[in-house]
Amino acid sequence: MTLSFKNKTLPLLAIIGASFLAAPVAAQEKTEFNVAWSIYVGWMPWGYAEDTGIVDRWADQYGITINVTQFNDYVESINQYTAGAYDAVTVTNMDALSIPAAGGVDTTAVIVGDFSAGNDAVFLKGGESIADIVGRPVNLVEFSVSHYLLARALDSVGLSERDVNVINTADPDMVGAFQTADVTAMVTWNPMVAEIAMLPDAVQVFDSSMIPGEIIDLMVANTEVLDANPDFGRALAGIWYETVTLMTSDTPEGAEARAAMGAASGTDQAGFEAQMAATELFADPAAAVAFTASADLADTMNLVRAFLFDKGLLTPTATSDNAIGIELPGGTVLGDADNIKLRFTTDYMQMAADGAL
Amino acid sequence: MRLINQRLSPPALLALKLAPFVLLIVAYLAGSAARLTDNPADKLLPALSSMATAIDLMAFTPDRRTGEYLLWTDTAASLQRLGAGLGISTALALVLGIAIGIFPAIRALLGPFVGFVAMVPPLALLPVLFIMLGLGEISKIALIVIGIAPIMIRDMAQRVLDLPREQIVKAETLSANSWLVVWRVVLPQVLPRLIVSLRLQLGAAFLFLIAAEAISSDSGLGYRIFLVRRYLSMDIIFPYVAWITFLAAMADYGLDRLRRWLFPWSEMEVGK
Repeated sequence: MTLSFKNKTLPLLAIIGASFLAAPVAAQEKTEFNVAWSIYVGWMPWGYAEDTGIVDRWADQYGITINVTQFNDYVESINQYTAGAYDAVTVTNMDALSIPAAGGVDTTAVIVGDFSAGNDAVFLKGGESIADIVGRPVNLVEFSVSHYLLARALDSVGLSERDVNVINTADPDMVGAFQTADVTAMVTWNPMVAEIAMLPDAVQVFDSSMIPGEIIDLMVANTEVLDANPDFGRALAGIWYETVTLMTSDTPEGAEARAAMGAASGTDQAGFEAQMAATELFADPAAAVAFTASADLADTMNLVRAFLFDKGLLTPTATSDNAIGIELPGGTVLGDADNIKLRFTTDYMQMAADGAL
Repeated sequence: MRLINQRLSPPALLALKLAPFVLLIVAYLAGSAARLTDNPADKLLPALSSMATAIDLMAFTPDRRTGEYLLWTDTAASLQRLGAGLGISTALALVLGIAIGIFPAIRALLGPFVGFVAMVPPLALLPVLFIMLGLGEISKIALIVIGIAPIMIRDMAQRVLDLPREQIVKAETLSANSWLVVWRVVLPQVLPRLIVSLRLQLGAAFLFLIAAEAISSDSGLGYRIFLVRRYLSMDIIFPYVAWITFLAAMADYGLDRLRRWLFPWSEMEVGK
């Protein structure tokens, strides 16, 4: 009885297990695509485009279907993309390298949307400059762009992370946490930065405008899916530039779009415009192309991969920051050319600039 | 023969006991192999070998930054919080539970209140706790206490109320006063139940511990899981989950042995 039980059941179970657990994205032509995005000033256009039919219009133009899904949890949206449930996701340049690329998912940055120029900031209580952070506990989301900003801020005055004590704190609790007595230093991003800046004892000692162009917000897509379906990339670029042109225009329609995006991100038109001021948004595709093709991007990605390697985030077995290859426009490769997992391309943004969509 | 009267041979019994575990492992290995064939760097269902590497890195290699062995510092931090939370809850349950169960005035004063507080979802209180008690250890321990103490108090009080009235009347006819009844009649009968109650709350206590550590911390088992979740390191998360399960199972077993050792008479009650 025991033997027959095992003989029959195990192979059967292996088949069931394989069929249930393995559902990787197949790299072939398809017509339905899933896009994930989360609430952040530079990504609100995706939600607005979905709500106002811009997404469907561009999808129809290329004869495809694009499902746009909002995630309340940013990290979960990236994890879902990495697991293969989504074809594209909104992500920062650093997280694109540490999560999908380090997870072996070849990822291409289709759109370089903006970079943070004040949306991320370091706050102190009772201090005047970043050097006063020495010896304090610092509340931040560990391994996020906040952590990177802290490393850059400490570096700017010759300090290192050994001089502070990092405490991992969930982002929804930042504003409340800052008002408790044992929190004296914090690194976070908008909309929390705007809230904390209004508190009486908060002193903003460093922000992302001091490292311009290093924290970049992207729309990335699975490279295999994109290569097999370039129309998906074209549609994404079409959606993006139509929406940001609208949202940055000084017209009643533009104001309405900003008000709607403000409401969707828990603030109003004025609050949203304040966040936009701290964001270097590339409404002009030619500017995005110039930024992506410039040599500065290589310097930024070198800093980012050195930071990630130092924190052990470039795969646990990485022996140097060259473990993962990053391909830049023009074919330059940073790191391992045999293991390229993150690619920057200007192709789709260039088509938008040329009016070729 | 009817199914309910079936007698299983020892090998069959063993096979049935092991079957769910084997099924789970085989299903995992099959899924993992399938995903790894497709993408050798897949993080979702890592191979056992990468989990072994991760365990070695977390448990037996000093951390590059701090020089500490992360698994052990995490375990120590978590067990301290858990121990404090369980200890306070158990003391509260013992004192308040018996008082509510035996003294009508205290029952009137606290019974409905504790019943009401027990219905507050503790995780919903978490943001309030962090503001009021800060982000340090106190708020984490407080969450565990708020989560499990009311239920343990109610359980204790109900056990006291369930004691046969005749026993208490009998003690009174032997001229015992209230305190002596508590000491000689109530306490010996409800103490074993206190340990059982504690065992049943272990799972909930771990839940609240991990929830609190996920919000703000710099060490702990829950902290580590939520930290590495950020870059999808299932090779660390799976061993940590297994370790937490093992710790909880050991605590459960240990508490049961403790009950039998401290209160041998409680075994005689089984199946009465």
